Amino acid sequence: MSSTLRTRATRATGASGPAPVGGATSRGALVVLALLVLLALALTASLVWGARDVSLAQVWAALVDPVAGDNDHLVVRDLRVPRTLVGLVGGAALGVAGALMQGVTRNPIADPGLLGINSGASLAVLVAISGLGVTSVTGYLWFAFAGAAIAAVVVYGAAALGWEGVTPVKLALVGAAFTATATSLITVVLLSDTQALDDYRFWQVGSLANRPLDVLTTVLPFVVVGLVLALAAGRVLNALALGDDVARGLGQDVTRGRLLVVLAVVLLCGSAVSMVGPIAFVGLAVPHLARVLIGLDYRWIVVVSALLGPVLLLAADVVGRLVVRPGELEAGLIVAVVGAPVLLLIVRRSRAVAA
Amino acid sequence: MTPQVLADGLPTLTPARHEAAATGLRRSRRRRRARRASVLTVLVVLAGALSVSALMMGQFPLTAGQVLGALMGADEGSARFIVVELRLPRLLLGILVGVAFGLAGALFQSVLSNPLASPDIIGISQGASAGAVAALLLGGLSGAAVSGAALAGGSLVGVLLYAVAWRGGMTGHRFVLSGIGVAYVCAAVVGYLLTRSEVQQAQVALRWMAGSLAQAEWSLVQVLALALAVLVPLVALVARRLDLLLLGDDQAGSLGLRPELVRAGVVALGVALACAATAAAGPVAFVAFVAAPVARRLLADGTLALAEAALVGVVLVVGADLFAQHLLPADLSVPVGVVTGAIGGPYLIWLMATGGTRRG
Repeated sequence: MSSTLRTRATRATGASGPAPVGGATSRGALVVLALLVLLALALTASLVWGARDVSLAQVWAALVDPVAGDNDHLVVRDLRVPRTLVGLVGGAALGVAGALMQGVTRNPIADPGLLGINSGASLAVLVAISGLGVTSVTGYLWFAFAGAAIAAVVVYGAAALGWEGVTPVKLALVGAAFTATATSLITVVLLSDTQALDDYRFWQVGSLANRPLDVLTTVLPFVVVGLVLALAAGRVLNALALGDDVARGLGQDVTRGRLLVVLAVVLLCGSAVSMVGPIAFVGLAVPHLARVLIGLDYRWIVVVSALLGPVLLLAADVVGRLVVRPGELEAGLIVAVVGAPVLLLIVRRSRAVAA
Repeated sequence: MTPQVLADGLPTLTPARHEAAATGLRRSRRRRRARRASVLTVLVVLAGALSVSALMMGQFPLTAGQVLGALMGADEGSARFIVVELRLPRLLLGILVGVAFGLAGALFQSVLSNPLASPDIIGISQGASAGAVAALLLGGLSGAAVSGAALAGGSLVGVLLYAVAWRGGMTGHRFVLSGIGVAYVCAAVVGYLLTRSEVQQAQVALRWMAGSLAQAEWSLVQVLALALAVLVPLVALVARRLDLLLLGDDQAGSLGLRPELVRAGVVALGVALACAATAAAGPVAFVAFVAAPVARRLLADGTLALAEAALVGVVLVVGADLFAQHLLPADLSVPVGVVTGAIGGPYLIWLMATGGTRRG
């Protein structure tokens, strides 16, 4: 325990100086390189495989030199490309949001479902469906965002009010309490409105299919800002991991750092949920996988999570298209069923988790 | 732990200050005991008042005297039927479910030392839900068969978690994290079943998953009461060991305890309690999660607070069921689990916002 603490402390304090551990940097570069290759594979698979397979050459032709009226080209350009891009951006946002959540709450079981953010977004989407008759994904978008933001403000505000200020335990408890409240309200609406249930049940499993490209272009700026904030927050999270007092001793502005992280989580979760629905599992599993690959330094965890998230989500989506052809299973279902055994394996093996 | 620290420092004090310190210690101990007693009294009175109201209120309002008469066996025809056959089973089911969830949550949260580790988060409820929803939607079953499926689903998750988390011993983190992973799989199964069924059927499944007391009848109450009659004494038996375990594994080990075994036993009890209650009433939202943090916040002395957590569970379930039955529009027939979440959630947020926390 004390030795890990010391390494973490060195990393946190030495952050501004030269890379503290030479091995970590080269290992990090290696992991990132490997993940980039994996990501390229996942992107290609997502473009090639589906209800109808398109050859690699045809995919390439469709991208650079499309022929009007060619069915394969139509499938690639109108269906596969948007779907793949949504998976890429959504996966990165979910993965990084999960890493940030686990860091800021110092709780390894935190995920974007936890701070109440997903359930806030879900409740807002349901209000849009049931109360205002919105049915398109483009229509859900702003409701999901508003819901996520309101949830974050309520949860963070309530956690900040007590005399101890924001503590990880309070954040986690208030977030779970908010989730329970929102879920109850969701259930009330669904029990009394059959039509809303019919729309909502499909939205809430989470899917990459049939998301128009303008959904992506609308949320992209938010995701980019969120990712930049997340990259900048690595050092804050490293310091927070040592406890608030130590972090303060290291010269970190704990409150501002935490606010920054929560803001990034809202931007990333709001975007991801409005695009693909509340797929929380990615946010839980990816940071753990990242920790196994790269260690405890949050500057690296954020980067690795941003690459692992889309790999996981796209892989799940491709598997979902292949298992029941010509029908398909939603990515939100597959990601848990395929991802959970991996998570269990990590949990069973890793000493870091057991500590 | 303050008393110990003070006691260690005592020999260096002059007799006069020694006397003063001892008086202070006694006074603070007395104050804590007084607070404990008053919290316990308030909770018991509250639970009693809610229970009596539950028997009095309804389409045929009864006076307290009539209720008492019916319970004592006075033959008053309709009053007796209403109380004994209709309202009492529902009330008792609510009380038993409240006790079971309150204890289960308190056990999990303390033994796994994570305030988020309640059965509704670490997969037990989700496993039970997946079992019940499969029985409802795939098998077209109802009643006791659904309860059986829920029991099977929840226990299966419990066993699976042992298999994964046990590696020459069990650590809290490993168990909790595996549980969340399994919870997601179960949620995916439920999501799949909900999207591939008739929407009316999906609504039935949703109602079960919210948790309800409407299905209460004497046979159900008897089965659950029997289960608790076995489990609750066992909880009382391990409570002291659990208290020692909270000192830390090394300390507990030096006191002759085997931390892994105690932890495994406590978790097994928690799983059994949660499964029994869920099979009877569905995964009544948030009761297991909120009972222990509220009880500890009320006591504010850093102790285990098992009895208090059970009482908070009872107050929450019985109170929420009263609210759902009599204060909300009757045609909605809102299941109790919706109200427990909608009341318990904001209450916990309010507790967090208005005061400090001690030990989560």
